[in-house]
Amino acid sequence: MSRPVRLLARPEVGALVAALAIFLFFLAVAPAFRSAGSLFTVLYQSSTIGIVAVGVGLLMIGGEFDLSAGVIVTSAGLVNSLFCWYFGVNLWVGALLSLVFCLAVGFLNGWLVMRTGIPSFLITLGTFFVLQGVNLGVTKLVTGSVSSSDISDIDGFFSLQSVFASSFGIGDVTVWTTVLWWILFVALASWILQRARAGNWIYAVGGAAESARAVGVPVVRTKISLFVAVSFLGWFVGMHNLYRFNTLQAGNGVGNEFLYIIAAVVGGTLLTGGFGNAIGVAIGAFIFGMTSLGIVYAGWDPNWFRAFLGVMLLLAVLVNHYARRWGSR
Amino acid sequence: MRYRLLAAGAAAVLLLAACSDGGREEEPDASGGSAKQPTGYTIAFVTHETPGDTFWDKVRAGAEQAATDTGVELKYSNDPDAGKQATLIQQAVDSKVQGIATTLVTPDALAGSVKAATGAGIPVVGLNAGIDQYKSLGALMYFGSDETLAGESIGERIAAAGGKHPICVIHQQGSVSLEARCAGVKSKVAGTENLQVNGADDAAVTTALQAKLAQDKTIDYIVTLGAPIALDAIQAKEQAASQAKLVSFDLNKEMAQAVKDGKVEFAVDQQPYAQGYMAVTSLYLYIKNGNDLGGGGPVLTGPSFVDSSNIDKILPFTEKNTR
Repeated sequence: MSRPVRLLARPEVGALVAALAIFLFFLAVAPAFRSAGSLFTVLYQSSTIGIVAVGVGLLMIGGEFDLSAGVIVTSAGLVNSLFCWYFGVNLWVGALLSLVFCLAVGFLNGWLVMRTGIPSFLITLGTFFVLQGVNLGVTKLVTGSVSSSDISDIDGFFSLQSVFASSFGIGDVTVWTTVLWWILFVALASWILQRARAGNWIYAVGGAAESARAVGVPVVRTKISLFVAVSFLGWFVGMHNLYRFNTLQAGNGVGNEFLYIIAAVVGGTLLTGGFGNAIGVAIGAFIFGMTSLGIVYAGWDPNWFRAFLGVMLLLAVLVNHYARRWGSR
Repeated sequence: MRYRLLAAGAAAVLLLAACSDGGREEEPDASGGSAKQPTGYTIAFVTHETPGDTFWDKVRAGAEQAATDTGVELKYSNDPDAGKQATLIQQAVDSKVQGIATTLVTPDALAGSVKAATGAGIPVVGLNAGIDQYKSLGALMYFGSDETLAGESIGERIAAAGGKHPICVIHQQGSVSLEARCAGVKSKVAGTENLQVNGADDAAVTTALQAKLAQDKTIDYIVTLGAPIALDAIQAKEQAASQAKLVSFDLNKEMAQAVKDGKVEFAVDQQPYAQGYMAVTSLYLYIKNGNDLGGGGPVLTGPSFVDSSNIDKILPFTEKNTR
């Protein structure tokens, strides 16, 4: 098989072609898209989806789903915000507490899946509902409303904001640090998948868990770690949302779990596990960010928003699919 | 060694935990006064609330306060799905409540259940949505805001201030009442354009608005249809370095502060607390005393304008979740 054809079988190549096509398309139709400022707005939007999507992608390569990944972002922010507001303590205490909480939820997801053998789709659907209900119920109990209170006067706010929600300007371009964090997480995930032993384990447990177990791969530990990683990244974005917007709506985050999965799938991750990589997932998130904002930059009728988005995503998946088939022929 | 580390860690946490400004203010329990003697009436309150919306939280708070004040037992239930809301009304009929207050957001889907209620001799009061249909459905009274009228009154103010090209931000796709508000604005300012955003994700709202402001520099007004969306719009404006003025529907604590700080020109309040409060109270009066408020016509709870002229008076109410 010739080299370029073999290249097409890589998970991210189809997505890259699609991303390039969409990018050129919006460059052509949307004048407002053609500035560095717009590109960085798109990158920011992509990063808020992409950070969690990296974890969700790894988890899917490992053969599992996490439907609670959207609401845990909101839970993470709420735990921090409500705890510190109610007890009047430094926000760093709440941030750490929230981290412990999120890691525990991730562990519980993984542990239940491994312990019971029930598909992760069902277990995390359960966690999704529990978290959604608890988010609303606890927020109402603590603040008397369904949104968290403004915490910007509490100690620790500015140091946390500089870690999770700061931005800097280069000329008239605003760069949000989430974009840099996103790149870092993608690089880390790529390194794990390609170079570390754990990477082989992830592909092995997603492709064929039983044979992986037979050759000594720690299946339980690997899968639980993947759930914990998703929760960690959810916590990270939750911190960003909290420290960028000061207050949180308890009902938010629902629906984003699908965006993470879409980003992973568009980026070449197989729904059945065992195939995909982190760069592909990042490109998938970038395609989502580009499409959702490109429509606005183009100034099209907003009622068609979802329809355009659907067509774009479908095209991306198709291009990806045929490129892979052609490449592996 | 390990213990010493632990102790140091605990000390650090305690130090950080030492009281910090800006949190909850300790206050004596100020929850709505003493309950009246129970009257024995049970009133069902059915809405199309999507859980977690500050607006509906206020409607419910008003209804609960009215129940406390009148000594009525309140049964609150909600479902954004029209079919399920109809079932909830039917359940109230089956459990033989003395009165039903319901939003009539999808009149056709709810007509059957409302008819079952009136057929069983249970008085029904409409609130929040269904101003044009409540009478034909058989509801006795209506408390709410006329969405089109509210949109028009915003449009009039924008036009009077010289606005030419507002964008109207719709945060829930396919919502009839949000579309009606934007249509109201457009009827007064012809250059109004709608923008669809994902209201469940603050970052997505902000970037979409920022992109829109970058795409069209002639936008001079941003009209948001809910308080949290207005707060996102403030961020988007800063990011896009836009000079557009911001006006919004609804209020909450942070939004009231933004009006006070001049970041939001004005807010239109349809007074959700009053909608809930009046719906329950009017049923109580009807059952007890045969009163029909509004004499068959709708009783409007808005639009009430909140701007720099009256914000000082209203701000404390938003902190108590009643405005």
